Amino acid sequence: MGKARVFGWGFGAAAAALLLAPFLFSDYTLTLLCVQALLALSLAFVWGVGGILCFGQAAFYGLGAYGYAVCSLNGADAGVCVLGGVAAATLFAVALGAMMFYGRIGDVYLGVVTLVATLILYKYMNSTAGSEYAIGSARLGGFNGIPGFTPLYVPGRPDWPITGTALYALVALSLLGCWALCRWLMQRPFGRVLAGTRENELRAELLGYDVRWVRLLAFALGGALAGLAGVFYAVWAELVTPELFSLGTSADAIIWVLVGGLGGLAGPIAGAMALGALKGLLGAQQMVSSLFVFGALLIGVVLFLPRGLAPMLVAGVARLRAPRGAAHTTHTAASGEAER
Amino acid sequence: MSAPALASPVVVEALGVSMHFDGVTAVDDVSLRLRERELRCLIGPNGAGKSTFFKMLSGQLRPSVGEVWLKGRRCDGLQTHAIARLGLSIKTQVPSLMNALSVAENLWLAAHVHHKGEAADQRVEQLLTELGLGRLRASPAGALAHGQRQIVELGVALATDPWLLLLDEPAGGLTHGGVEHMAQLVRRLAARITVVVVEHDMRFVRNIAQTVTVFHQGRVLAEGDADAVLADPRVRDVYLGREAA
Repeated sequence: MGKARVFGWGFGAAAAALLLAPFLFSDYTLTLLCVQALLALSLAFVWGVGGILCFGQAAFYGLGAYGYAVCSLNGADAGVCVLGGVAAATLFAVALGAMMFYGRIGDVYLGVVTLVATLILYKYMNSTAGSEYAIGSARLGGFNGIPGFTPLYVPGRPDWPITGTALYALVALSLLGCWALCRWLMQRPFGRVLAGTRENELRAELLGYDVRWVRLLAFALGGALAGLAGVFYAVWAELVTPELFSLGTSADAIIWVLVGGLGGLAGPIAGAMALGALKGLLGAQQMVSSLFVFGALLIGVVLFLPRGLAPMLVAGVARLRAPRGAAHTTHTAASGEAER
Repeated sequence: MSAPALASPVVVEALGVSMHFDGVTAVDDVSLRLRERELRCLIGPNGAGKSTFFKMLSGQLRPSVGEVWLKGRRCDGLQTHAIARLGLSIKTQVPSLMNALSVAENLWLAAHVHHKGEAADQRVEQLLTELGLGRLRASPAGALAHGQRQIVELGVALATDPWLLLLDEPAGGLTHGGVEHMAQLVRRLAARITVVVVEHDMRFVRNIAQTVTVFHQGRVLAEGDADAVLADPRVRDVYLGREAA
């Protein structure tokens, strides 16, 4: 089966599952799961496809949410608020990325810098309780965050709110759209060059590619997607707090991507939804701490399934379908692409 | 094989370049001129500064002192990718490929620098045929044997259509037949473009060389016609002792 067909089937199945899910689960829960999946997708693209170790995806997520809230409290139209949130995240990603890539920071230091940037935002937002910390008429509110902004509505029509099932549909469609966009980019020359820079930065430079620029574009796109996830989170929660910038948010995204399968897109999306649902279930009981369960799960996956769950499942299916002896070849051919 | 006419324009000029690392001088006041379609071998013992010199030409290192000119344009201080775009290509000492990507994808990434759309695919097909790599097109580069990786890396270096090709130990790790095959390839290339080869394998050097430059302790010890240089007693002393015996 060709790569495009495998992706087509996977995409179709995911769309069908998202369509049918509201019959089984609440819109409220599903919307949050899709938001988290979008955040996971952004990290999967930056880290898995671009090879940029980003431990601070929460920074863009939080800025997207704060951007929406601040625009909304300043009376902007819902469409402008969404764009404002995405723009805030993207601009920060461009600034941070330019500093890192043009400053020749690489490897694990990217992880350190992005993590520290997130924690600075976390600290800062927590310290903005005073009335002097305001953007226009939006007070940042310190650790209490910003409540009371206008829910999402159809741009230009404040009397047509987007809530409940409509919000879920919007978020789910955005998730599918962003997934398709990332996948399309991976097939385009830009995505192929990005994969080349991930595999061998020096060789890409020696061929004539400006690795700094390619990485900056990928990082900015990842920031924009995380910002969009943050906007949707703000709309869903009707409250933004500094917790969005916390180490926990960054760690969650990393765990989703690693468990789902670094390198693909579908795996992290599914990982975010499954682990998000699991977190919800664990939160409803007092016996075991969810931190403990996620820690154990992460260690287990890293030790026993270093490529993540999705590649393992794809390889398993390929092995069942393939005639004996051909299993190995099918595995290598299929597992690299199919989970995207 | 014809020697480049003396009238051919000088296309590469290194003027008094030196490279110092924390008090150690890896390359010391080296000047080198290469003409269009010249085939030059750089030889010398390990640590003589040959690979460092390559890194300065290709922009991976910025010379501490001195100037590098490519086709009349000053290049020291330019970014690696910018120098590559001027038409310089390099095969590194240890094959440096995108290991998780297929052979064809590695070639495509190189071809895409100057060929867009279908032209890039055509260039890839052409190279796969020319280098006899058709059978390996879908294999991940990381899964290949060393000799195959050397050929793929040469293909990658050629796919950008360079006018200046730097080959760092192209015969390293090749079988006897492989060395012969590589020598033929290099001679054929030198009919079209300027080629600089760093090599330890003296059979290979004798097989391809017209002009040889000997590096020793970061300096140019001797330069000239291959037979004359290899017969030079100083060169024998510092480098060829066993080889010449």
